[in-house]
Amino acid sequence: MERVTTLAAAVRAAPLSTERRHVAAVTFAALGLINILVFGMLAHHGDAGFALSESGLGMRIPIISVPAAPACYVLGAICLGLGVVRETVPVGVRGKRIAIAVVLLCFLLALLCWADAGAIPLNVIIIMQGTWVASIPLILGALSGCLCERSGVINIAIEGQLLFGAFSAAIVASAFGGVWVGLIAGSLTGGLVGLMLAVFAITFLMDQIILGVVLNVLALGMTDYFFDRLMSTNPNYNTGNTFAILKIPGLAEIPVIGPIFFDSNVFLYITYAAIIVIQIALFSSRWGLRVRAVGEHPTAADTVGIPVLWTRYRNVILGGLVAGIGGAFLTVGSVGSFSPDMSSGFGYIALAALIFGRWTPLGALAASLLFGFCLELALVLPTVNPALPAPIMNMAPYVATIIAVAGLVGKVRAPKADGQPYIKS
Amino acid sequence: MSEIPATGPDPAPAATEPAAAELGPPGDSAGPRRSRAWLTTGVLIQAVTQGSSAVVTILAIFLALVVGGVLIVFSDPVVTRAWSSLFVDPGYTFGQTWDSVSFAYSQMFEGAILNPSTVSAAIHGGSIAAIFYPLSSTCAQATPLILTGLSVAVAFRCGLFNIGAAGQWVGGAVVATWLGFGVSLPPFIHVVVCVAGGFVGGAVIGWFVGLLKAKTGAHEVIVTIMLNYVMYDLLSYLLSHPAMLQQPGQTNEIAPFVDNDANLAHVGGPPPQVGIGFLIAVAAAIACAWLLTRTTTGFQFRTVGASPSAARTAGINVERSWTLVMLLAGGLAGLSAAAIVLGTNTQLTYNSYGTYGSDGITVALLGRAKPIGVIWAGLLFGALHVGGTYVEAATLGNVPADIVQVLEGLIVLFVAAPALIRAVFRLRSTSGTGMEAVAKGWNG
Repeated sequence: MERVTTLAAAVRAAPLSTERRHVAAVTFAALGLINILVFGMLAHHGDAGFALSESGLGMRIPIISVPAAPACYVLGAICLGLGVVRETVPVGVRGKRIAIAVVLLCFLLALLCWADAGAIPLNVIIIMQGTWVASIPLILGALSGCLCERSGVINIAIEGQLLFGAFSAAIVASAFGGVWVGLIAGSLTGGLVGLMLAVFAITFLMDQIILGVVLNVLALGMTDYFFDRLMSTNPNYNTGNTFAILKIPGLAEIPVIGPIFFDSNVFLYITYAAIIVIQIALFSSRWGLRVRAVGEHPTAADTVGIPVLWTRYRNVILGGLVAGIGGAFLTVGSVGSFSPDMSSGFGYIALAALIFGRWTPLGALAASLLFGFCLELALVLPTVNPALPAPIMNMAPYVATIIAVAGLVGKVRAPKADGQPYIKS
Repeated sequence: MSEIPATGPDPAPAATEPAAAELGPPGDSAGPRRSRAWLTTGVLIQAVTQGSSAVVTILAIFLALVVGGVLIVFSDPVVTRAWSSLFVDPGYTFGQTWDSVSFAYSQMFEGAILNPSTVSAAIHGGSIAAIFYPLSSTCAQATPLILTGLSVAVAFRCGLFNIGAAGQWVGGAVVATWLGFGVSLPPFIHVVVCVAGGFVGGAVIGWFVGLLKAKTGAHEVIVTIMLNYVMYDLLSYLLSHPAMLQQPGQTNEIAPFVDNDANLAHVGGPPPQVGIGFLIAVAAAIACAWLLTRTTTGFQFRTVGASPSAARTAGINVERSWTLVMLLAGGLAGLSAAAIVLGTNTQLTYNSYGTYGSDGITVALLGRAKPIGVIWAGLLFGALHVGGTYVEAATLGNVPADIVQVLEGLIVLFVAAPALIRAVFRLRSTSGTGMEAVAKGWNG
């Protein structure tokens, strides 16, 4: 048995060129050198401060100050060291992933030290709360993709599901004066887009990539149109209700952790639940085994009696419901009122997070948090340090993604039957 | 793929498409038989009843217009009032509905293709040129769409999904603009250099994507999406610094006008004119068609698109094909930018990139990733854009131009789902679904 797995690994590794094997180590080292040579050398003199309490009032935890340049040197050295380890010591899959996470974390910390050197302290709590705000639609979108693609249907329509969900959540919450009906309406609308995806992809055998793009175009056109017809003429349909903050009693009082993880509105807790449920359902239950069988080898699944088409229909619609909640977050969960094209590419970033996270809920969570953190930094850093050019800071998360995808992750493998319609013969 | 002869202008006969043909469904043998005699009446009837690809396309457009009509009815306050008296006076209700929808679509037609009143004016001694004014606007709108559509289409043929036409567009626009105002050259040479610069600027961005995929396996969908945002931010940075591309004395993100020498001229005299950009777009489409169907490189692209592993076994350098096709795709998107920056606007602003990138995807899909098909798709979408603006003005905003985007989406949706069209119009099902060779899953 062991020989078989080694053989399988060898076959899978075969197309990779010899230079490919060194890419990860070289990227680790390159990021380490950037930490040292760019962030460390160019940092202003002075300390970078990190505040760990919510506001200036009642500072229970002192501000952590570190000398910026030496901190960058240390973080760079860690990256270089990991690069050497990666090149010389054979580490397992888990080790590789942890190493990637540590290197990215060091890189981001060095970036923070460089940006904040000699400036007012950064408030870590507020940055992390902002990270959740940016990440929740990404996480729910990526989970939607995960549900669909594990069953073998490519979901590029995440963007459309988010946008339509946001629109109907806003309009229903405004018309009925309740945020919960808005949340439910957003979720159902996402499910409706999922149903369209399912009908065209599974029953009418339409190319799924085309279909996803088309659904996004339609969602954009329809929401623009209805915004123009209904909302801009009648502000009563876009009042901007939002959910109230729901502190978890007890847990929210824990310093640092409480305000970050347990002091938000209900969407954050729904997101926790969705991640846990979908991860366990897909990878530790009979249900998930069947879903993955349908996504990897539908013919075999059909032979043992799993209803392929029904499984796909169910998963695509479920995915739509989840993404619809993410869309509802954009309106009733954060800013309240709808504006045209407000999902602004979040669906595509969620798609990237799904692929970056190797089609697993936990991987998608990690990737979404990385993107969300970078999006938040791009907003925060120019206000802390006005010398930084805002467009270049905005660019950073996307450059980081390209580096991560090209240098650290490389070729990923989708579910084998992903995107192929199943025709029973 | 057997429908190819029925689409008429396509230069790719079924026999030269081994790579695409093998992706078609089994039992697809009607091709040569139909192509021999496709002009006879019997075959025409057969094409209609069995739903050949041209018929499906026309029916898809028709169905999209019907669904769009529902939206138009919804927008017209007179009609929505008329529907409240549906049971009292159904004749009035349906009459108002028909009037509203037919008015909107006829205005769209007059704005984009032909306005009968200009014809009668010309007969009575008016300007003949005015007849062609709507068509010339359509061509002008179609130009960037055709070029970004080609960019997406050639990448599709090699099995790559290029969502990054927008970023490549920005790359081309930056280079073309800088050459346009920052460099002094003799008249004719200047514009040629600028257009070439646009191609190169886009090609560099596209090449980078192909290179990353070839060297590290990074998925082109992620890389192109991320590069789009990088390029938008880069554009914003360049346009906010006078030392870079910003017009001196401006606070907005706007570049100087390009020199007159660098303007893409128009041909055909006063107002109704065809821009050189449109001619470049058509020439680029023909060149792509030739490249894809008549050259070894094009054959390699299509083989890689059909199956990378089979192509590798056959000795084709798959990585080289990916890099090369993305270079070409980027260059075409850059040409689209050159046509806008040097021709239509003569100035680059932050919003110049518009929606050319995403429109390029829909145009490529409607054109079935075939260069000549992309020309027709680009013209159709160009006409819809022109007609949409026209109808919004003609109905005093009752029918918003946004409706065009819905129509575009519906057309591609229905064209790509021939099974649905056949079901709706009760056509007999035949071989081939038409679009299956365009795009593939992540595992390519």
